[in-house]
Amino acid sequence: MSESVPGPAPEVFAPHEAPVSPPQASEEVEFVQLLTPEGERVEHPDYKFDLDDETIKGFYRDMVLVRRIDSEATALQRQGELGLWASLLGQEAAQIGSGRALNKKDMVFPTYREHGVAFCQGVNPLNLLGLFRGVDQGAWDPKDNNFHLYTIVIGAQTLHATGYAMGQQRDHAIGDAENGEATIAYFGDGASSQGDVNEAFIWASVFNAPVVFFCQNNQWAISEPIDRQTRIPLYQRAAGFGFPGIRVDGNDVLATYAVTQQALKRAREGSGPTLIEAYTYRMGAHTTSDDPTKYRLNEDLEHWKLKDPIERVHAYLSRHAGVDHDFFDEIDAEGDKIAAELRAGCLALPDPVLTDFFQNVYVEETPQLAEQRDQFVAYAASFEGEG
Amino acid sequence: MTKITLGKAINAGLRAAMEKDPKVIVMGEDIGKLGGVFRVTEGLQKDFGEDRVIDTPLAESGIIGTAVGLALRGYRPVCEIQFDGFVFPAYDQIINQVAKMHYRSMGKIRMPIVIRIPYGGGIGAVEHHSESPETLFAHVPGLKVISCGDPVDAYWMIQQAITSDDPIVFFEPKRRYHEKAELDESTPPSLPLHKAKVVREGTDATLLCYGPMVKTCLQAAEAAVEDGRNLEVVDLRTIAPFDLATIFASVKKTRRAVVVHEAPYSFGPGSEIAARVTEECFYHLEAPVLRVTGYDTPYPPSRMEDDYLPDLDRVLDGVDRVMGY
Ligand SMILES: Cc1ncc(C[n+]2csc(CCOP(=O)(O)OP(=O)(O)O)c2C)c(N)n1
Ligand SMILES: [Mg+2]
Repeated sequence: MSESVPGPAPEVFAPHEAPVSPPQASEEVEFVQLLTPEGERVEHPDYKFDLDDETIKGFYRDMVLVRRIDSEATALQRQGELGLWASLLGQEAAQIGSGRALNKKDMVFPTYREHGVAFCQGVNPLNLLGLFRGVDQGAWDPKDNNFHLYTIVIGAQTLHATGYAMGQQRDHAIGDAENGEATIAYFGDGASSQGDVNEAFIWASVFNAPVVFFCQNNQWAISEPIDRQTRIPLYQRAAGFGFPGIRVDGNDVLATYAVTQQALKRAREGSGPTLIEAYTYRMGAHTTSDDPTKYRLNEDLEHWKLKDPIERVHAYLSRHAGVDHDFFDEIDAEGDKIAAELRAGCLALPDPVLTDFFQNVYVEETPQLAEQRDQFVAYAASFEGEG
Repeated sequence: MTKITLGKAINAGLRAAMEKDPKVIVMGEDIGKLGGVFRVTEGLQKDFGEDRVIDTPLAESGIIGTAVGLALRGYRPVCEIQFDGFVFPAYDQIINQVAKMHYRSMGKIRMPIVIRIPYGGGIGAVEHHSESPETLFAHVPGLKVISCGDPVDAYWMIQQAITSDDPIVFFEPKRRYHEKAELDESTPPSLPLHKAKVVREGTDATLLCYGPMVKTCLQAAEAAVEDGRNLEVVDLRTIAPFDLATIFASVKKTRRAVVVHEAPYSFGPGSEIAARVTEECFYHLEAPVLRVTGYDTPYPPSRMEDDYLPDLDRVLDGVDRVMGY
């Protein structure tokens, strides 16, 4: 069973030899890969993927569906139905692999781009759209799906995740790799520079909190390349904080699954935090407001297209698992159906009224606020009947 | 003379300041190649190089904290905070370090730092992108807080701010970045930095405003003509310190005042103005000083922002009320 604070000393990976000239963060170093971009299975000494092809078919379906949801949301934004959309294009494997590694009791703290993880947790995608349409600021109840609200302030949620994990620890909800609880915090490469994220690492480390830090290094923080945030590969930072760090091929859903599952197990059994760096690429613009042609080359995009997370699973399934057209076509059709429902749901989202928003400033409305609300109502009513 | 947008005017002002003084450094997130998310720093890195136009790591405390060090070393950093809601990771550095350095060093250390913050609502953004936190800075001794309401002021005020030896928080009305005006770069600015400007003369009541609300108040004043009212509009330009002389002179003339800002009602700049005007103009007033502001709620989801923000109708409603006494 778990001890209270502080837990057993975390296993510390030996820090790498200090290189004479530090490697650039964007330079490719080895990562865990179990499925090549060509769709061939490869083995890794420490990470096994021993689930059957049915599971892989499930991952394929998840990735196709979230990509379809994502493209529908982008289209809705273009048509003026959403104020903004932050696309996950290219990051499907990172999100589905890690999301599917979660147990029912694990808790998720997302950024604003974790639509794939939300999908795995069973959050209705329409709820995600509400925030981007401007009808609410995240109307789902985190307790329903163990999926916290989206956090837009970069890095803040990593501390929330750590605190939540400390709560799990104090509730003695850890200590057992299968039934224990863990928390996972998502964040980006850019976020790794924030004080909050570094503080989260320190807290998690010294309290041995059951938290997995899942960094999607998509190579960009809006216009700034990864070299502007770090000169060593991000996963290596964990060593300095005293817990293991691992880089995984973020476009390989088998690998992100295996690596996340192992890290979650470690957390659940009380062995503390892990930093996972999912090495991936933001294939789209930062958000629909962004124009990436201002700062990056098309060649990079072409290069990463060859590593597409969905294509490689498609190749594997058709070549090695005897999966035929019907399977793929059915999923595409399912995606179109979900997208159509999402669109209809989005257009039907009721416009909110400001009066509702006076109510939740405090648990109980203050007299001052009640007065302001009444004034607002009276003022709004004074326009009724006008043209 | 050419017409220039407010955003481009700030760009031109930054450029002029950088040309004049090699110690001026511009820094922030995405301000280099991208030219900032609002393109206010567009082209500056190309022309002044990466040593003077710095894309920083993604950390606001780092931006301001290192600006302090650069200032100690004789530089004049101009820091961009990408959006109003993202200044708070830097709040400790601004409040405890930037604002107090001159005071605690008994005047030996100066902090010639400008912190540029695109602020305010009305652009249909998601949360944290539409805030008006000016009070949170104006309340802090040691900081000066200003905001421009038109492109000409934008051009000159950014340059004046950069030459200031006191730290300045410069609030840019982001929804007005595309407003245009004639700018004559050869005519020196008509006002020093911490002076308010009467942008419309009137006799019946004074609208006191700044930043994005200047345009709104000018439109309201035009609309009020139909009701037979002649409103004066004062663009405060400077929030900390207020230009009280200009405020008092206007209110003593019109005898009625309405303060307009997007920031919430309670403890806002309007509260301070109401208190000072009451103290200094008590016997001239025909009515209490009223405020037309955002409500005391967090900034709401964007589909409701039109109801939240003061607009022409709400300003006129405020005028009706202040005239009703
Ligand atoms: C504290 C804070 N500063 C600035 C921003 C503006 N901003 C939004 S996303 C972003 C880049 C984030 O990059 P990264 O962490 O790599 O995540 P990604 O968007 O690539 O998923 C920035 C600077 C913000 N949201 N919060
Ligand atoms: Mg990124």
